[in-house]
Amino acid sequence: MKTVAAVIVLLVAYPLAMSAVDNLFYVSFASRVLIYAIAATSLNLALGYGGMISFGHAAFVGTGAYVASILFAEGVTSAWLEWPAAIAVSALAAAAIGAVSLRTRGVYFIMITLAFAQMMFYLVTSMKAYGGDEGLSLPGRAELGLGLDAGNEVTFYYVVLGLLLALLYALHRLARARFGRVVTAIRENEVRAEAIGFPVYRTKLACFVIAGAAGGLAGALLASHGKYVNPNVLHWIQSGTLMIMVIIGGVGHLWGGLIGAAALLTLEHLIAEYPVDWLARLAPNYQQHAGLGVGLVLLLIVLFAPQGIAGLFTRRARAP
Amino acid sequence: MLELRSVCKHFGGVAATDGVSLALPAGEAHALIGPNGAGKTTLLAQICGSLTPDSGDIFFEGRKITRDPQHRRVAAGLARSYQITSIFRRANVLDNLALAVQARSGTSFRFWRPVSAEKRLFEEARALAAEIGLGARLEVAAAALSHGEQRALEVGLALATRPKLLLLDEPMAGMGPEDSQRMVELIARLRGGLTLLLVEHDMDAVFRLADRISVLVNGRLIATDAPQRIKENAEVRKAYLGEEAIA
Repeated sequence: MKTVAAVIVLLVAYPLAMSAVDNLFYVSFASRVLIYAIAATSLNLALGYGGMISFGHAAFVGTGAYVASILFAEGVTSAWLEWPAAIAVSALAAAAIGAVSLRTRGVYFIMITLAFAQMMFYLVTSMKAYGGDEGLSLPGRAELGLGLDAGNEVTFYYVVLGLLLALLYALHRLARARFGRVVTAIRENEVRAEAIGFPVYRTKLACFVIAGAAGGLAGALLASHGKYVNPNVLHWIQSGTLMIMVIIGGVGHLWGGLIGAAALLTLEHLIAEYPVDWLARLAPNYQQHAGLGVGLVLLLIVLFAPQGIAGLFTRRARAP
Repeated sequence: MLELRSVCKHFGGVAATDGVSLALPAGEAHALIGPNGAGKTTLLAQICGSLTPDSGDIFFEGRKITRDPQHRRVAAGLARSYQITSIFRRANVLDNLALAVQARSGTSFRFWRPVSAEKRLFEEARALAAEIGLGARLEVAAAALSHGEQRALEVGLALATRPKLLLLDEPMAGMGPEDSQRMVELIARLRGGLTLLLVEHDMDAVFRLADRISVLVNGRLIATDAPQRIKENAEVRKAYLGEEAIA
């Protein structure tokens, strides 16, 4: 509990410290981290809590991003309309994709979610009216109203932080409520969960839809943050990135998404911005291939900390 | 209570269930015996709903349930235990049972209120734990229980759904004599309170517990009768029991 309070204080104080030294770039960078934390946390609900290894989560993030951007381009600029619309449409997409995909198991589920996400990728690539494969630039961020200026990096950061903390608290409650107990029971032993009378398919679908809806919110925020969206937000590499964040952070751990997003994006940033001389002599272009470093970290995590970074901080009380 | 009418199930060319008809009156303890591969587990799977018959019908309390999903059958009062222990291994005994109690007490689509606030679930789970002899093991992770205790929990999870008809698939599987004895006593206590369909290889247990016995060979019922008559049935002796078992 103390750790949680300390983390929240740090997150709240961070932009104040950065504005004090007049470094707004790192406020904006942190907003991006928090948005990815929302996306990774939403995937963690399906993947970590529900045991549904979805390799197509970018479909929902991307849907949210495109819904918000298209609305903006069409003149609907209020965040109060854009973001709920993004959540709703992503939830619908998750309901449709989940209804089909959840009839399969194991590697077939992984493949079918990937296939759906790729179909959506090609769909937006062909939407010429909204930029096609060039993407869509927006003149500004979604308007917050209430006298708040979304263009202000510090304000935007706090909005994103508020949404992330709300999501984490909701997930914390959900995991301890009846629904969450059933979701983890299904992950642990689906056959038995069905045999004691839980509606397994419906429960998994509901969990998948909630995850998709929260992913849609992340997408809308991402589009607002960058004032730009392109089809890559739906690409399978994006789904893979979110998965890597969850694995690095901690599968099925409340803070896994945030830790994973922060670790991965910071690592990528460090590799790109701070050259290491002896590495550059060894492999001159290594900074263009941040994936190499990320791969190494992923390898170490999987080998030595299969519970992710979050798992290192929790006591191993559970039986195998 | 339960009625099967010419139930058939094929896997490729193999008839795993071949025209099985059977009626269990309420309160009966019925044993289903037969050699390995006779199709006992396949038949149970069709009764509980994890498999659907190719043809024939299944009635529970006069209602046709042939195509009902498993969770609806559980809600109607039809539960099963597994031959291979199937419990929530990482959760402790109390949480295992509380989860099963939750399954039949109201909706599980509640997203906000913590389960720990629902005292009734845990009270009932404690009572169940005591009934299956795990009253002193509430906080132990299911994976850390002994084999006999895991088998008891296996039956406890099915009992927690408060079934009217309980299907027990080899509850004594892999047990030593002491654990077996305890399980027989547990099942004996359940007799009469609910209808039992017991699949078991332990003949002492079967003859002690069953009101009637059905014999399944190659997917077909070759006899359904009182235990004594089954012992004397020539066809059964030939197909299954073996001469020395009766001598």
